[in-house]
This record gives sequence, C-alpha cells and structure tokens, in this order.
Amino acid sequence: MKRTLPGGRGAGQAPGTRSNGATQLSERDRHELLKEARALLRPPERRLFFQRGLTLGGLAMLTGCSVTDSDEAEHLLMKVSRFNDRVQAWLFDPDKLAPTYPASMITRPFPFNAYYSEAEAPEVDGKGFFLQVSGLVAQRDIWSLEQLAALPQEEQITRHICVEGWSAIGRWGGVPFATFLQRIGADTSARYVGFKCADDYYTSIDMPTALHRQTLLTLTYDGQTLPRKYGFPMKLRMPTKLGYKNPKHIVEIFVTNDYPGGYWEDQGYNWFGGS
Amino acid sequence: MSLSQPPGMIEASQAGAPAQTVQPGWVRITHWINVLAFFLLIFSGWRIYNASPIFDFKFPKQITLGGWLGGALLWHFAAMWVLAANGLVYLTANLAGGRLRRRFFPLTPRLLIQDLSAALRGKLGHEDLRNYNAVQKIAYLGAIALLLLIVLSGLAVWKSVQLPLLRELMGGFDNARIVHFLAMAGLLLFTIVHVTMVALVPQTLRLMIRGR
Repeated sequence: MKRTLPGGRGAGQAPGTRSNGATQLSERDRHELLKEARALLRPPERRLFFQRGLTLGGLAMLTGCSVTDSDEAEHLLMKVSRFNDRVQAWLFDPDKLAPTYPASMITRPFPFNAYYSEAEAPEVDGKGFFLQVSGLVAQRDIWSLEQLAALPQEEQITRHICVEGWSAIGRWGGVPFATFLQRIGADTSARYVGFKCADDYYTSIDMPTALHRQTLLTLTYDGQTLPRKYGFPMKLRMPTKLGYKNPKHIVEIFVTNDYPGGYWEDQGYNWFGGS
Repeated sequence: MSLSQPPGMIEASQAGAPAQTVQPGWVRITHWINVLAFFLLIFSGWRIYNASPIFDFKFPKQITLGGWLGGALLWHFAAMWVLAANGLVYLTANLAGGRLRRRFFPLTPRLLIQDLSAALRGKLGHEDLRNYNAVQKIAYLGAIALLLLIVLSGLAVWKSVQLPLLRELMGGFDNARIVHFLAMAGLLLFTIVHVTMVALVPQTLRLMIRGR
C-alpha cells in the first residue's frame, strides 16, 4: 500500500524549481521540490486508475453518456463524494455513541496499519517534544506530553473500522478532545480541525465529530504509553470515523474554516469518512 | 393505476406480438437503470472486497471497476444512490398501482410445485407472456427481497455507528459485510439464470425494451 514516488524521476521533472542550476539545495528547497513533484505526479497516476476502471467490459458504452472522458467521470464522482460528505454530516448524531466492548474482546495483536511498513514508522523523541496548536484558537501554545497527561483522562474499548473492510477492537486512553479544544480556547464554531503528523500524514475532521464524547486525543494504548507502531506521541481516536480519519504521530493541531483536505482524501477517499 | 394500457400505447396488433403493453414504461426504464447500477456496484464492490477479502479468494483485477480502492469506493458510493432511488420509484409505483398484487399473486406452493416441475421437464409453455408463471413470480420476488437485503446490509456496513438497529439486525459490523456479500452472490446467481431464460425465450427481451 505504500504510495511514495520514485523520487529522482519526479524531482528532475518538476518545473518552476528555484534551484537555477545551483548544485546545492537547501533542506527547505528540497522539501518544496519534492512536494511539487508529488503534486505533479499524483493526478496522472490517479487518472490512470480511472481509465483502467472505465475500459471494463464496455461499461462506458453501456451508459451511453460521456463517462468515456475519464476527467469528466472523475469530476462527477468527486462531486457525489462531496454530496456524501453532506449526507453523512446530516446523519451524524452527536449523542449517538459507538458500541464499546469488554477487555476480553480486544484484538490481539492489534494490527499495524499505515501507508508504509512498521519499520518505517517515525521515531519521535518524547523528551523534547511539543505539540503545536495553531489557527482559530485563543492560546496558540505548545504542549508537552507531561502537560497533556495532566489533563483529565478517559479510556475506551472500541472497534476500529478500516476503509478496506476489516475491523479490530482496541483500548485507547487519553484526553477527551472536547476538553482539549476547550483548554486551547478553540473557536468551536469553526468548520474544521486539521492535523499534521510526524510521518507527513495529514487529515482533517468536522467540528461536530471533534466535539463528540468518544473523540479522544489518545496518549496510551492498552494501558501503556502509546507505542511507536500505534502512533506515538499521540493519536486522535474517533470510533465514529473510519481508520484513515484517525491520525497518528500528531505534531500539530489547527482549527480553521479553510478546507485542509487529507493525505488519502486528496487522492479520492471520502472526506467525512464516518461510520 | 391501470397503466398497463396507457393511451397512445395501443397499436394495431402485429403478427405474433401481444397487442397490449405488457411491461409499462416505468417498469422498463427502472429495469434498465437497475441493470446499470447493479453492474457498477458489483464490479466496484469486487474491487473493495479485494482490499480485505472475507473468503479465501480475490476477484481478478481485470473484472473490477475503479482501478484502486479509492476509485472503487467513489463508484460504489455514487452508484448506490442510483440503485436506491431507482428501487424506490419501482417499489412505489408497483405498490401504489396495484401491479405487484396483480402480477405476482396469487402465488401458492401448489402452483409453484406444478410450474417448477413442468419447467424442469422442459414443459413449461411461454405462449402467454402477459402473465408470469409461478417460477417467474418467486424468482422476481426473490430478486426484490435480495435487493432490499443488499441495501440494508450495505447501510449497516456504511453507517454501523449511526444505524445501530440495522447493525444489530445484521449481527454486527463484520457480519453485515458477509450478509452484503451473500446478497450480492444471490443476485448474481439470479442474474445468470434470468439471462439464460431470456436467451431461451427471446421475446421477453423485446417485452422489456418495447413493452409489448
């Protein structure tokens, strides 16, 4: 499932680079360059997927309309996906709780899941770590793990449902996210809460889900400090959303009204991703 | 709603063709929309299944739709609206107009056994295509029931937290996936038999296109 790109090829082709023949690229330039290359490469890759799908069994012919144009089909499908976001937001009941389970039903071992292998999970040093808070908040503070651990804690044993179809029951503990948002003076009338992660993953959620009673900023898994494989230093756990909406290795949280998208969402996964 | 003979639809009877409209326009339109939505859902559904197979097999990539999980999900969650809306139109018209009762009932076990044994001996006549025989009735009603089941189990998979009643009815999230898969398999089996029968009695295809 790894979705990184062959770096050399992409970087070499990216137009509009700022290097101007300079042989030495600063770290920042390199990062920007890779980002651009990735953005350039992603759409054709995705388009290929759609084309491959569309040739299937003459389905395009069957429909008789212009789905033979893959761009048009993709555009239409993305519009329906945005419609599905709205339907899910409407269907979402802030008072409805996801089922909880006894400890005996916890899936052991709980599966590792990411767009990279377990060995590639980021190593974050907890000692010097500070969580960044930004955007529409009263206190754009930084938070150490000790400070977060000093906030009220809760635990839950809930079912993690992956977009792929499998599910697993796990036990997470941490700060109710609504409590945290309150502490940082978040504008809870804002539309989105966004997350940036140490593994370059990023995602965003709707405010009603952020404020849901079972949405936890987790610091532990199964009674232990959240291990690296499950998202150290912290993971946002939402049993009301699919797995890819639950970011791990969070390093920054921001509140915004500008749609922040997400790693998988920008490639076509549904944004709301509720269950 | 005696829509089986809307004004203007009645033409001079042609040789060999029943004079009256057997399949009204809304039946034909909803039938073909259903065919389209069904195949979009099946082929994209196989791709989604492949991401985390329930059983010990995967579907060959070449016969799936969407190219990757994300693309398949986009197709699946778009086509589901077509299937559901179309199904609602079909059921509403069928129930409100009394067509369901007229065309599918009476359906007794005795009639079913009689027609089924005749069908298996190759002796079930198709001279009068205006009326369904008992085997057709049970097969079409079964297909409708499976379509309802596939929609309900699909909802339970999609919204297992927001729709707790459906989730429990399906035996939990994991089980809802299995029900959804089996309903698909049942509908596929129906489709294979259905298309085979149409090939054997090709006039029925004309009925579903022209109506008579």
